[in-house]
Formats: sequence, structure tokens, C-alpha cells
Amino acid sequence: MLNTLTLKNTIDQLKRKKISHKELYTDLRRSLEQNSELNAYLTLNEHMEKDVENLLDTPLAGVPIAIKDNFCTKNVRTTASSTVLDHFIPQFESTATRKLKEAGGVFVGKTNLDAWAHGSSTETSQYGRTLNPRNKEHLPGGSSGGSAAAVASDMCTIALGSETAGSIRQPSAWCGTVGLKPTYGRVSRYGVAAMMSSTDSPGPIGKTVEDTAILLNYLAGHDQNDGTSSSKEVPDFTQTIGKSIKGMKIGVVYLDHPGLASIKTLFEPQLKVFETLGAHVEYATALNPSYAIGDYTVLQRSEVSSNLARYDGIRYGNDRSLFGAEAKRRIMLGTFTLSKGYADKYYSLAQKVRTLFIEDYAKLFQKYDVLVSLTSPGFAKKIGASEGSAMFGELEDMLLEASSITGLPGINVPCYRDPATNLYLGMNIIAPMWQEEKVITVGDAFEKNTDWNSWSTHG
Amino acid sequence: MHLKKTLIGTRGAHMDKSTYTLVCGLEVHAELKTASKMFCGCTNDPFHAEKPNTFTCPVCLGMPGGLPVANKKAIEWTIKLGLALGCKVNLFSHFDRKNYFYPDLAKGYQISQYDAPFCYDGVLNTDLGPVRIRRIHLEEDTAKLLHKTVNDKKVSLIDFNRSGVPLVEIVTEPDIHSPEHAKAYAKKLRQILRYLDIADCDMEQGGMRLEANISLRAEGATDLPNYKVEIKNINSFRFLEKAAQYEIKRQSELLAKGETPAQETRGWNEEKGQTFSQRSKEDAEDYRYFPDPDIPPIRFTEAQINDIRANIPELPSAVTARWLKEFQVEERFGEMLCENREEVEWAERVFRTAKAENITVNSLASAIVNKKITANTGDDAVKVVAAFKQTQQTDQVDPKLIASTIQEIMNENPDAIAQFKAGKTQVIGFFIGQVQRKLGKKVDARELQAQIITSINSK
Repeated sequence: MLNTLTLKNTIDQLKRKKISHKELYTDLRRSLEQNSELNAYLTLNEHMEKDVENLLDTPLAGVPIAIKDNFCTKNVRTTASSTVLDHFIPQFESTATRKLKEAGGVFVGKTNLDAWAHGSSTETSQYGRTLNPRNKEHLPGGSSGGSAAAVASDMCTIALGSETAGSIRQPSAWCGTVGLKPTYGRVSRYGVAAMMSSTDSPGPIGKTVEDTAILLNYLAGHDQNDGTSSSKEVPDFTQTIGKSIKGMKIGVVYLDHPGLASIKTLFEPQLKVFETLGAHVEYATALNPSYAIGDYTVLQRSEVSSNLARYDGIRYGNDRSLFGAEAKRRIMLGTFTLSKGYADKYYSLAQKVRTLFIEDYAKLFQKYDVLVSLTSPGFAKKIGASEGSAMFGELEDMLLEASSITGLPGINVPCYRDPATNLYLGMNIIAPMWQEEKVITVGDAFEKNTDWNSWSTHG
Repeated sequence: MHLKKTLIGTRGAHMDKSTYTLVCGLEVHAELKTASKMFCGCTNDPFHAEKPNTFTCPVCLGMPGGLPVANKKAIEWTIKLGLALGCKVNLFSHFDRKNYFYPDLAKGYQISQYDAPFCYDGVLNTDLGPVRIRRIHLEEDTAKLLHKTVNDKKVSLIDFNRSGVPLVEIVTEPDIHSPEHAKAYAKKLRQILRYLDIADCDMEQGGMRLEANISLRAEGATDLPNYKVEIKNINSFRFLEKAAQYEIKRQSELLAKGETPAQETRGWNEEKGQTFSQRSKEDAEDYRYFPDPDIPPIRFTEAQINDIRANIPELPSAVTARWLKEFQVEERFGEMLCENREEVEWAERVFRTAKAENITVNSLASAIVNKKITANTGDDAVKVVAAFKQTQQTDQVDPKLIASTIQEIMNENPDAIAQFKAGKTQVIGFFIGQVQRKLGKKVDARELQAQIITSINSK
């Protein structure tokens, strides 16, 4: 089954002609059929086999990539999982997808997400929930749940996701995939339906750390269409793959947070491997993540209320009554937190708290190269869990929000599998801004020296 | 209420309107003539587009994922204008989102500046007194709504060619104390905008738009009135003057009756010569301003500001003052030759040439301004001076011949003499013309006039 190969192996074997595009896409088609009940894709590329032609000489050699449906794709329907955009066919390509195409990627289709990326379950999608491939009674997480599920079920070789606060890492944790959230500004946001403009970060969800590093090489870089994209030089992110972590200082955070007690005992033993590899592991105290929940919520709702204003019922065929309950709640709360007389109390105060988080991390990073924590406070929740819970996402992402509002890079690597349910726990590794290489190095070392990655162990 | 009390307390309830003085501030919007729009690469030329919606892209159409990238030139020009008006410059500034719904507003918010305008605290001197500038900020123009009947159906169409055009807003303090003063300020501001070569200010097309905040207070009072009437969408200086005159009359009548004019927005109806109520401003709109997260804050160094300052040409007021000193050209003529930099340079060439030939430059300037000679900007200076000399030249004619010719003409026109004697002195021109024609020579008109008058009176 060639669709189960990692990105690295797929490219290698295609280039060495050990496998053919025809074989690869035949296997992929079969997987798409077998897994259709997962509802990972909203729109499939019917002519991907044709798109592959003449791509062998490109860096990505025509590998199949899943694209989250909040990236505008030229001439391909883009909905952000909201029926407000039911008929929307963009006339332009997002920078991230353009770069992947130019590098020789072929799009399998557009994956499901929480509508407008609002959520951590993929249940708020107006096109139905996605199921977790590891256990179909459970949710895949979100908002990039479709992308994570597509990777976990091998319905693509790698996927493109986007994270505002957890939307790459949390579904990766729940689906047992690797999710790399780059530094804010590393990857252009141009053409990605905006959720929270000051934190949105497109990034890869893949099978291995190396795979995500490879894809980030083609996503990263300055974009003249995005004023917040950085013109910093982009390193070759694969250069740090396989590097030793000997002597590195690793701080462990958030482990004593109440609510983590039941999984703490599963997580803690996993940290031993770092010591075995020569790193120094230490428990560190970071600003209480509970503060991040409120802070992130206020900032995000504020920006959301403004970002969704453009869907005004005039130009996309459908009016605002089609917004789902979650979007409506966010618009209302965000409108409130920005209103005269309340903005100082909420929005402006939240921006100040954000600065406190920046300062707190700066202090911690004087002492540690990376910080690690659990990605999610628990295993994937059962389907239906998000319903009626207005703060579902914020609570599931509580361990990731602080690093998101501060723009830090982070990676999720699978760090435990429950044999009874086949569900995964993920480890979140974060580093200072622009130091993706550190999280890649540490994540890669962990992956290669443990058995939790389902693709590594299969060879 | 406050005003009413003061009036009754000091002078009684019924007063004639001369006891009120105008309190007026202006808000002027001008479209900058940069090559591209404010936040995207689209052509900035809405008035010359062949078709609607041709100068558009995902950014100025407000498509999902469209991102603004600020136009550097527009920012520099705004600062240039500010410096020319003696403003201070905010070395740290940013753009804000002004959130409101209107069909001509693609994103559901306008990118503007709220609490950190590029420039503040300046002054513009007019012949009728100085007007302090409160702030100058940069924003984007909206699309244009066209209300038409298509196939017997009333429809509203949107042309996005104007969406995202850079727009500077210049806000004054309430220093304007007469309708004439308002007009003088606006005219002078336009002259400077044109002179700096940053805006065309085509008023008819809406390239420059005026808004006046008008209220009245009792003569001698210094407090600001407790109400403000905003007159919007004034597209000529004359209308501005007339609207202000109308408001003075309307408001003073209300005040005289003991009423406070309503806080509202009014429009100007040219046909009726009246302002009319558009909407109440009792509940000030809440625009929920917050810094636009899509555009990084902008920082300037003193050196950058000095560079911009160094590139500001000598302004019209300085030019006319210098001309008075250097060429003894009266400022009323000088001002008429200061419309733009090109005209100034040309006029200066002409003046220098004239001065070198010992010609009274003021007479020459007067001749150009009053169109006594045909002289257009760019015409060769030597030729202009020669043409002027031509008008000044007189032929040497035998005085006896002149005297006899005068006699002949007088004999031929006894009626005209009678008219002159009856007080219709302008017939003297007729005599001068006839004598000149008969002589076929150009004789100094002033001498001729004296001689003719002597002759008539001696008859």
C-alpha cells in the first residue's frame, strides 16, 4: 500500500522509480473509497492522476497532499466548512497552496474543518463531523481534523493545516500524527480565510517529523502579499533531522495542572528517553495556562467578529443567517469585547496579558532550549462531545493557547497509545520564535527513539 | 442646555442672529494619486477606468484571505503633507480597523487610523486667519455605489475600482469663524495638496470631499457648544460657503427660539440651496476600533522624517512672499501663479527674464493674471516678456498730427461729444480707439486720453 509510505520515502522511491505514480494513486484511490465514512474530505480532486503528469522532476515529485478547506484554491470550491461559502469558487490561489503546487505537490482534495476553523472537534463543520481513523467512535480534534484524519488514514501522503491555537497540534495529538505549527509569520496567510489574524499559522500535518520538516521547506518564506510574513532567511528545516540532543535543556511545563492527573502518569515516563539521549530534563514553572484560556478567548473572539464581517450576504450568494451557532456566538462575544466602554476591560486588557505571556516565555527560554508538555489534556473525546459546550475548543487547547498567542513554533509528536482504545496522546514541544529547528530536532529524536509513531514502527 | 441658559441669562431669549458666532471645523478627504492602491497592487485610477470592477483583486474585493500590505509611498506622502502643514509626526504609528456595515465596504471594516495618526498638531494660515490642524491620518476609500434602473428594476450596483484607494483625512480644530474662512481654508489646502503633487483633488469626481462641523455660540463665549451639526458630502468650495451660510441662519433661528439644534448629519441640496437632515447622531456610532492585526505597526526614525522634509518644495506662501521681495510682485498676483510647482518654475523664469530687461515685473505679472497677454505655463520666457513689451510699446507720432486727428474725429462725432458732456465719460474709449485707428499707429493711451479730454472741454 504505497499510500502508507512517508513523504520522504514516497519522494525517494518515485525519484528512483521504485514505484510509479500510477501505483501510488491507485492505492490512494482505494484508501479514499475505503475511508469515505470518515468524512475527511469535502471536495475531491477528480483529476489528480492527470495532475501528476510531468511532475517527477519537481522537488515534491507529484506526491498527494490534502488541503484544509480554508485555503483558497483557484477554481476549486473553498468553503471553510461553512455553508455561507457553499458556492464559493476562488479565482485565486493562497500563497501556501501555490507554493506546494509549484514544488510539485498534487492536491487530493479539500479537507473538513470546524466551520471557519472555530473549534477543536471538527464537529462544528456545517458539512458533518469527521471521525477519528484510530477509533471511529471518537473525534479527530480540530480545527484541522479533516487533514489529520486524512494523514492518519493514509488518504494522503501529507496534509496542509492551519493553526490559530491548537488547530494543527491538537488534531495531530488525537489522531496520532505529527503536526508542526510554525512561528507566526513564517508561512504566509494570504488566501487563508482569516480566523484570528494575529496568530493564524499555516503548517504541515504529516506522518513523521521529517515529513513535516520537508513540507515546511516549501511553505516557509516571505510573501509580498502578507505584511506579517517574515523576511527572515529560511533555513533548510531537514538539516536538523537526526541531530543529537545531547546537552540540550528541556523544561517540562503544565504537568501539575489539575485535570491532567489521570494522564500525567502515562506522560511522565515518556520523558526518560530525553535523559537517555543526554539531554537535561527539568520541571519548570510557567504562567498558569488557565489565564491563557480567557486571554486567548477574548483576543480571538474580537478578531473573529471583525474577520467574519466581510461575509455580509452581498457577495457570496448566502447571507449571514447561515452562520452556525459557534460562529454566531463568537461574533456576538467579539463584538461585545471590542465595544466602547468594554474594549478597555476586555480587548485591551487581554493584549496586556498577552505581553505577560511573552515575557514569561522569554524568561523560561533563557534557561531552556525547548519546553515540553502534553498537547491535549486528554485522549480524543467521543463524538458529540463538543455539542452544547461553547468553550470546548478553548479547554481542549488550553495547553497550546499561550504558545499560540505568543507566536511560538511548536510540534506535536505521538507519545503514547492506549492499547484498549487505540487512541493517542501527543507531546507538545515549543521553542522561541524562529527556532523551528529546535522543535524539529527534539521531536525527531523522540520519534526515532520511541515506538509511538505508527509509521516509523512499520518501517 | 448650557448655551440656552447663558443666552437667557445674559441677553434674553430673543436675540437677532448677529449675536452668535460660528464654530466650525472641517474634515477634508483627499484621494492620493499613488500609482497603486493603498493596500494592494491594483491600479489607482478609479476615474479613468474603462469599466467598473476592473482595477480589483482579492484584497480590495475583501475575498477570504485577502491581506492588506501598506503602500509606502502613500504613507510618505501623508507625512509630507503633515510636515508642509507644520504638523508633528508620530514616530510610532499603526493602522486600525473601523468596523461598520455598508454595501460599499468590502471587508465590513475600513482600514483607517484611530489613536496614532501619522501627523498631528499643525496649522494652515489663510488670509482670513490661521486654522489649526488637529490630525492627518491615512485610510482606504470605499467602493462606489451606483443606484440605477436596469430592465425597469431599481438596482444598486457596486464598483470596486475605488475600493482601497489611498485617502488622507485632514481634520482641523474648530477655528473657522466664517463661511468665507472655511472656503479660504479648503482652497488653500487643495492648493498645497496639488502643489506637493500628491493629489489631483478633482472635486466633481469626489477626489476631494469636504465635511463641515458647524455650530454656533453666543458672541464672546469660549466654551464649545453642546451640539454639533455635521454637513457631509460637499463637493465644491462654493457649496461649502453656501451650506455654512445656510446653517448659520437655520441654527441661529433655532437658538433664538430657545431651542438647541439637533445633533445630526445633514446633506447639502444645491437645487434648494438648503441643508437637509440625513441621520441623527444622538447615538454616536460605535466603530469598535482596534489595531489591524494584518499590518505590523510602523516606526520611523528622525532621519527618515528629515529626508521627507528635505524633499518638500518651497510652498506657495513662501514663494509669493519671496516674489514680493525679489520681484516686487504683489501677492495677489503671485498667488494666481502658484497652482503647481511647474507653474511656479515657469513664472519665475519669466520674472527673471523681465527683471534682467528692467521691466516692472509686477505689471507683467498683472498682465499675465488678467490675461492681457496670452501666456501659458511652459511658454518660452523670452517670448512672454517680448509679448508684454509689445503691449507697452508706443509709436512716436508728430504731436501736430495727433492734434489734427483728434479734431477730425471730434468733428465727425458731435453726438459722442454731447454724451461725454452729459456725463457718459466712458465714450472716451471710443474716441481713443477712433484716433488710434485713423493714425494707424499705437499712441500712448493715457496721453491720448488727456489730450482728448482737453480738446472736448475747450470746445
